[in-house]
Amino acid sequence: MVKPTRVTNHIRALRFEHGEMTQAQLADALGVTRQTVIAIEQGRYSPSLEMAFQIAAVFGVTLDAVFQYPGAGS
Amino acid sequence: MSYEERGTWVYLVVSAGVYAAYVAVVLAGGVHPLAESDYQVPLLVSIGAAMVAAIVLRIVMEIAAGVVRGGQAGTDPLRADARDREIDRLGTLRTWWVVAAGALAALVMALAEWPPFWIANVIYLGFVLQAVSSSIVKLAAYRRGL
Repeated sequence: MVKPTRVTNHIRALRFEHGEMTQAQLADALGVTRQTVIAIEQGRYSPSLEMAFQIAAVFGVTLDAVFQYPGAGS
Repeated sequence: MSYEERGTWVYLVVSAGVYAAYVAVVLAGGVHPLAESDYQVPLLVSIGAAMVAAIVLRIVMEIAAGVVRGGQAGTDPLRADARDREIDRLGTLRTWWVVAAGALAALVMALAEWPPFWIANVIYLGFVLQAVSSSIVKLAAYRRGL
């Protein structure tokens, strides 16, 4: 599968850690479609900074607990 | 498939399909030279038909999507989200030049005093090609990612 972004994320793991939250529930919390959540999880779409913070807020964690970028922080 | 992606499919099918029907009607007239064809009414009708067909096909597609879901209401909002808007912007940014090229060609043809048939048709073709190419760019972005 083509991955246009180098940004990776732990959204899938975080969903399961938060009561096995479904993609639809996360999408509803963010006000986006389930397809957008799927695209973000699969690395086919990099969300805006604002949406990235919203995702982190849904899980109650910091931004870098959700998203990672190769080489960042090294 | 999201609501907006289904809409893009409808736009693509209607744009290409209605234009193909228009060309078929004009060519079926069998007028030689082609520039003397009565294209005005078919062209205007095809523009109106495209609008009606887009609405009808959209409704049919949403009903079909509901049937596929087993009659359950969809969970996704029936509006564009941030990703849809970015994909829409990408489609326009990558294909705006198609309409511009059509307009430029029409300008050159008008300056060269080509028959109105060709000028009107090159403009119409520019709009159709932009609609088709932007839909393809958007569908590729939906499938492969931004």
